[in-house]
Amino acid sequence: MTFAGMTFAEIWTGYLWPLIIMVAQSVLLLVILLVAVAYILLADRKIWAAVQIRRGPNVVGPWGLFQSFADLLKFVLKEPIIPAGANKGVFILAPLVSCVLALAAWAVIPTAAGWVIADINVGVLYIFAISSLGVYGIIMAGWASNSKYPFLAALRSAAQMVSYEVSIGFVIITVLLCVGSLNLSAIVEAQNTRFGLLGWYWLPLLPMFVVFFVSALAETNRPPFDLVEAESELVAGFMVEYGSTPYMMFMLGEYVAIATMCAMATILFLGGWLPPVPVAPFTWVPGVIWFTLKALFMFFLFAMAKAIVPRYRYDQLMRLGWKVFLPLSLAMVVIVAAVLQFAGLAPK
Amino acid sequence: MIFPALFFYLFAVLCVGSAFMVIAARNPVHSVLFLILAFVNASGLFLLMGAEFLAMILVVVYVGAVAVLFLFVVMMLDVDFAELKQGFLQYLPVGALVAAILLAELMMVGGAWVINPAVVKAVVAPIPGNVTNTEALGLVLYTRYIHYFQLAGIVLLVAMIGAIVLTLRHKPNIKRQSIPDQVARTKATAMEVRKVASGQGLKETAQ
Repeated sequence: MTFAGMTFAEIWTGYLWPLIIMVAQSVLLLVILLVAVAYILLADRKIWAAVQIRRGPNVVGPWGLFQSFADLLKFVLKEPIIPAGANKGVFILAPLVSCVLALAAWAVIPTAAGWVIADINVGVLYIFAISSLGVYGIIMAGWASNSKYPFLAALRSAAQMVSYEVSIGFVIITVLLCVGSLNLSAIVEAQNTRFGLLGWYWLPLLPMFVVFFVSALAETNRPPFDLVEAESELVAGFMVEYGSTPYMMFMLGEYVAIATMCAMATILFLGGWLPPVPVAPFTWVPGVIWFTLKALFMFFLFAMAKAIVPRYRYDQLMRLGWKVFLPLSLAMVVIVAAVLQFAGLAPK
Repeated sequence: MIFPALFFYLFAVLCVGSAFMVIAARNPVHSVLFLILAFVNASGLFLLMGAEFLAMILVVVYVGAVAVLFLFVVMMLDVDFAELKQGFLQYLPVGALVAAILLAELMMVGGAWVINPAVVKAVVAPIPGNVTNTEALGLVLYTRYIHYFQLAGIVLLVAMIGAIVLTLRHKPNIKRQSIPDQVARTKATAMEVRKVASGQGLKETAQ
């Protein structure tokens, strides 16, 4: 049997079998990621509660460990409501867009040496592109709701996310200057020096690490930059008209985006899957465990920032993005490039 | 070889279809959303050609930045497109005439087009195997075409300064927040501790 000049065996080894493997890997990653998101959501609430000397969710399961799954069931079983004045198609599309785009970014993230679904040459650019699309979910939701508060939130988020993307872009460029490749695995390997955790880029590029962390908070609409859903001004922002499953998809998209940013910070600045000290007992631990620990550490910082820092005013947010971070990161691009060139440290 | 072809037709059909919907959609916001779909599919076509860097830059620049501002503006403008489309049939003959002339001109230009033989050679010359797409672009852009690159940068800079000059207004009597002043404030400059005698109050403030 032949099909377009190929025997069935050729199609099987050339296309079908790789396709099956890739689908299986993707499903595995998605399941692990979604369970992880359920628990970082719980961790977020628990950390927030601990800072405020409360207990947080503690009823469902031991120590409240099944709280996220109870929430999931509740959201899914509720009736979705679409407002009469809403633009129906776009209204339903918006949560899908924000959820799918957030999950799509994980296709290129290496969780250990070689553990990546798509090891593409332009991995960093892909993540940057996908995360820059995340704003569409919010804008579409705000517009399609046909309501005042969601619309104001959509305008805020569009300005906020575009502003902070600029500084994230420059931060990524400084890292790329040191690495000489856009491949995420290559970025991690470039931090593999004999100095261990002192050779990771957080130390030589410390100002950029801080800029990246703060910009990541703003990019994912996390407190103190959660002006998109500031409850004292906009009720719940772009999610006012959403309930049940669509609301849950926004929530999921938001937390997956946060997990992506933690993973990005881990890869760009904390050496990905590399052990902190490159000697025997540490190198025995599988890379994926180091990666997870580092990403969880980044998430802990996210959660602590939410618990500790009061919300910014909108004009202060814009000032920080355009008048502080943009000049600083632009200057660092020039400085890093000059140092690499004149000290002869430039890759290749 | 059949699967890339299938994906080509998928992206191409979606791209042309959504491009048509950009002009056919009644709602301007839907038009912009279809435009975004067209951009994304165009970047898929770039990926099939092996131009991965261009594909990603297309998404980052056009979808991530330009189209967001587009959508921003279209959402804020409350354009009644039903009203605009009322005279559609009336203007159809004129529009059709302009379109026909344009098509004829494009066909004449396309028929007489001569491509420089040196460029034809450059088109078929493949990128060396050990150089990635991004690197190959950089090697050409920052060496051979560095002057054009710089010129493009200057044009963008002029446009940026022009936009700022056109929109920046220094209005008098506006109170601005000065962050350094606020940070420099101390207890000594901001407050004063006084003893207040009981039943008398402060002389200056008491009326």
